[in-house]
Amino acid sequence: MSDWIQKKGKTNLAGSIEVIVNGRPVAVPPGSVVAAAIALAGIMQFRRSLSGLPRGPFCGMGVCMECCVTIDGQAHSRSCLTLCVDQMDVRTDE
Amino acid sequence: MTNPYDIIIVGAGIVGAACAMECARSGLRTLVLDRSFPGGGTTAAGMGHIVVMDDSAAQFALTNYSRNLWIELRLALPRDVEYDACGTLWLAANEEEMAEARRKQKYYEDRGVRVELLDATEVARLEPNLRSGLAGGILVTGDAVVYPPRATHFFLEKARLLGATIRTGAIVKTVLPDGTAQLADGTRIAGGRLVNAAGSWSPELMPGLPVRKRKGHLVITNRAPGFVRRQIVELGYLKSAHSSDASSVAFNIQPRVTGQMLIGSSRQFDVEDGAVDHVILDRMLRRATEYLPGLTSLLAIRSWTGQRAATPDKLPLIGPSLASDRVWLATGHEGLGITTSLGTGRLLADMLAGREPEISATPFLPDRFARGAGNHE
Amino acid sequence: MNESLFQFEIVIVGAGPAGLAAACAAAECGRRVAVIDNTPRPGGQIWRGQPQHLSSEARYWIERFHRSGVTWLDDTSVVAASGNWLLAEHRNRPRKIGWEKLILATGARELFLPFPGWTLPGVFGPGGLLGMVKNGWPIAGKKVVVAGTGPLLLAAALGLKQHGAKIMLLAEQAAAAQVRGLALNLLCYPRKLIQGAVIKAQLTGIPQRYAVWPVRAFGHDHVESVELTDGQERWMEGCDALACGYHLTPNLELPRLLRCAIAEGFVKVDDWQSTSVATVYCAGELTGIGGADAALIEGQIAGYAVAGQPDSARALFPRRASAHGFRRALARAFALRPEVKALATDETLLCRCEDVTWGRVKSFGNWREAKLLTRCGMGTCQGRICGSAAKVILGWENEFVNPPVFPARINSLLEPLKM
Repeated sequence: MSDWIQKKGKTNLAGSIEVIVNGRPVAVPPGSVVAAAIALAGIMQFRRSLSGLPRGPFCGMGVCMECCVTIDGQAHSRSCLTLCVDQMDVRTDE
Repeated sequence: MTNPYDIIIVGAGIVGAACAMECARSGLRTLVLDRSFPGGGTTAAGMGHIVVMDDSAAQFALTNYSRNLWIELRLALPRDVEYDACGTLWLAANEEEMAEARRKQKYYEDRGVRVELLDATEVARLEPNLRSGLAGGILVTGDAVVYPPRATHFFLEKARLLGATIRTGAIVKTVLPDGTAQLADGTRIAGGRLVNAAGSWSPELMPGLPVRKRKGHLVITNRAPGFVRRQIVELGYLKSAHSSDASSVAFNIQPRVTGQMLIGSSRQFDVEDGAVDHVILDRMLRRATEYLPGLTSLLAIRSWTGQRAATPDKLPLIGPSLASDRVWLATGHEGLGITTSLGTGRLLADMLAGREPEISATPFLPDRFARGAGNHE
Repeated sequence: MNESLFQFEIVIVGAGPAGLAAACAAAECGRRVAVIDNTPRPGGQIWRGQPQHLSSEARYWIERFHRSGVTWLDDTSVVAASGNWLLAEHRNRPRKIGWEKLILATGARELFLPFPGWTLPGVFGPGGLLGMVKNGWPIAGKKVVVAGTGPLLLAAALGLKQHGAKIMLLAEQAAAAQVRGLALNLLCYPRKLIQGAVIKAQLTGIPQRYAVWPVRAFGHDHVESVELTDGQERWMEGCDALACGYHLTPNLELPRLLRCAIAEGFVKVDDWQSTSVATVYCAGELTGIGGADAALIEGQIAGYAVAGQPDSARALFPRRASAHGFRRALARAFALRPEVKALATDETLLCRCEDVTWGRVKSFGNWREAKLLTRCGMGTCQGRICGSAAKVILGWENEFVNPPVFPARINSLLEPLKM
């Protein structure tokens, strides 16, 4: 199991941090949750349901589990609750 | 006055349901009573493993007979019963267990049960998530897994189509020697004969039955398809199941068709409280992670407990009770209720209808304890 | 803070208004207190967001909390409890927290009722969408329809508008007269009246309708429009997002796990906010949906009670009585009309985790049987969404709670909770 390493936030001149969503870098304001980074990457479908229907965040507070994506290698991570950390790797269910 | 029913079955768990199906099929007018809804008790809490076991000749006979009935039935089972012929992989962690694996292989092959003896490399190839350093194992290819609540529902539907009546929400308080069921609301239902199939609650209906509660824990994970491909059990499981220790755990994991992993197992005698015990849960999960190190990062979404019905010799009670020949038993299946449900139903129906059973019923007759013929602890 | 074993006199679960108020009260009396929450920042759901965007009341309490010397265990999700131990998960690792007195302030979640199209991406809970927007979710320039019931709709519409959303419609299912009753009640609660007036002023420019509710969300892979009705006419509103929720339901999982008595859907507490389990207290939405005001008062009472300061607690009883009056008015104002409980067709999904339709579930007589035979409620959310809807629509009780209360890595359960 990979260790959850807290990386120090790296900021550029604009004060944003960089998250890698499906292999592509996305600049997000510090304090953003991972779900926001995915939306900023233009991705509206986070995963597919059991019968293949498109799904995205719903309850926004960590209860419905619809926003789950893989964060730094950990599957089933709630993107609506997890704060972005610089160079975080995020993979949606493509 | 003629009875409206030939057989009253108390308890619509998987065993009671299979009994109802077979009794109805034999032309017996059958009534099933359950205090709640079918399959909601121990049946719902269990693992749904259809497995041949050989702790004793009688246990082998019943599980093998019953497993063959499942195999015959499999094409008729609807998809939601989730019958999956994934087989059982019994693991040997060391040379001592490997010797046991070889003994088991010979025992099964001599009796026509197909098994494959595997070395460490083959085990690793079949199940890459197992830790290295295991000695090997045996693969029992005809074993399967099912989803018990839906299987129960299917058996009862079959029973209904064959003329059986099922009453849910009927709480039976006591059973009278003439086969009458006395309900909590004061009413009585009379039948030709009554079958106590109330599992771990059967002694509540008939005090003095040699059935004890044996609590078990299970944990289910989120979807991790392919993490294991078949039911995997450590050979040490048999020590746990057949010990008389106060508490024991043994590694047991099952892939559900949903891709979720069902992790067991634990055994504790005489613990009435059904709450999840974290000391036991920790031991059980630790044992499992010793075999599957990658299990630690899977997401557990629920744990729960259930109460098995255990008898002194680990064999179920099937047949006329000591109380009277109007009151019969189909209970005490410990951890093999799912597997032996069909076999129990056949044996019971054969005996009730006066037919010669396909396997000897003698080891399961309830009067064996009075005869002193049972294999006590 | 990455240690895994903790021991405190007083542990508070939930860092919303109730939890923070309880923490401040107890800590300021000299007690050793910890607050646990599964989010990264204190404030709970109602005070979520960047520090600079918070209301002055939220800022006051959060700053007071930070000054109080309370240990703050963030990103910590309580998954199990046994004896005087809580088992939690922090960043995929176990944390074991021992306590002498426990205050549960786990708040509420939004109630969702199924309707065709409710599972499309772009359909959110109003509070949930606002929470994510406060944490960076892009909404500026987007067309949003806000619907359902409850004061959260107003707060959400306002907050979303402040972040640049174009609110197409705020549709409240309650009749105007019903909600007006609440306004009249506000006269009894001057502070609320001021809040109400401020909200009303800021909502100019947002079309509002009462006795209107959504019947269907349309879209291919994402919501594109929503069909609404007033009971007679139906019409469509195009939108980029639909924020629809039906008020709140308390997060009763931990109280149930700890075997606290529940009555009429809320935790039963006495004057000191103590539950039926000695040493376990409850405050905030768990005892009744009353908003931040009731939560702050109840939290303080619980905090003083566990800290052995009954006089300080007693001094707040009149304000609590007043807050409870408002709480009752709130429940009356936003009572659900039967139509919104009957929107799902047989093909509409009820259980989102397992894709089980309403048609399959409704034929059973109770939650447990429906669950075992259809798998609804067996998925990752463990019935929080579908089970809550089934409770409201069918009256089905879902009382059994087993650990883990939230999904937890197996690794996090390798921590024996010895008595």
